[in-house]
Amino acid sequence: MDSVRSEGEAARVKLPTAIKILIAGGFGAGKTTMVGSVSETRPLRTEELLTDRGSGVDDLSGVEEKKTTTVAMDFGRISIGDAHVLYLFGTPGQERFWFVWDELALGAMGAVVIADTRRLADCFPSVDYFERRGTPFIVAVNCFEGARRYDVEEIRMALDLGPATPVVLCDAREKESSKNVLVTLVEHAMRTRAPAQEPVG
Amino acid sequence: MTHLSDDPAEEQWLDDEAGRIVRPYVMTRGRTEPSRGKIDLITLVVTTKSVSPAEPGLGPEHHTIVRLCERPLSVAEIAAHLDLPAGTIRVLLGDLADRGVVAIQEPARETDALDLETYKAVLNGLRTL
Repeated sequence: MDSVRSEGEAARVKLPTAIKILIAGGFGAGKTTMVGSVSETRPLRTEELLTDRGSGVDDLSGVEEKKTTTVAMDFGRISIGDAHVLYLFGTPGQERFWFVWDELALGAMGAVVIADTRRLADCFPSVDYFERRGTPFIVAVNCFEGARRYDVEEIRMALDLGPATPVVLCDAREKESSKNVLVTLVEHAMRTRAPAQEPVG
Repeated sequence: MTHLSDDPAEEQWLDDEAGRIVRPYVMTRGRTEPSRGKIDLITLVVTTKSVSPAEPGLGPEHHTIVRLCERPLSVAEIAAHLDLPAGTIRVLLGDLADRGVVAIQEPARETDALDLETYKAVLNGLRTL
């Protein structure tokens, strides 16, 4: 009886649609900075406790005694009208947390891979991951002060990206710049995933 | 080899290193899965009715969730506010949903693709930030 009543109450409540976008990239590339610059509040942190069940994929060599580990993710929220809430998740950097990415990537609208030109190789695993999974992604080159400026074609070649994957320059500290990155991603995801639904005429 | 037994207070769990782990499990009385389906990090939750502070089976964390979710919040936000792992929040939310205290909305996740209207709404919303 209880469950019937609660289903009924749930049906009456109109909740917004939650959407997630992943912000990936190497350690220190500016993931949390971008989440913070464009979100409506400062970045929050959520933790997942991971136990033995991840051991098939998780390389725990050196920490065999630890049966449980904590993965922290920074995230932010952008309310869009009353009907949508966008969540930006900074993905945990370490490759041993791939299985966390699988859960994060499921149902994601798309991903931003932040590249730091001083350590470009750090973003290779993220690029590989989203290419393999088929998640729409763009590369945002975070222009750190003092780092040599590359043009987007140089970055595209260095990352071996297809012509359809957008590459943009950004300053993750700036709201307008981060907003521009997200707009580019959503446009790209829409082109990639919803072409058949484009109205004719 | 440590294993989870049915008794959450089993002494082998109560060492210093496990402190951060034991506390959430005690709060959920040893349960690791919620009483109902999959609850994602962006699953939204809203309080639908008030609950008596004396409601049997509910702890202080349950009541904090009920207060927080007077406006819709995601599982990730609830976890961050309570400083508890998301897995623990999932179990506590299952308790609240069983009592009809909160409504839980699943994100659409049968496929990764969203409908065109959703992309357009998000684009317009971002452009006017």
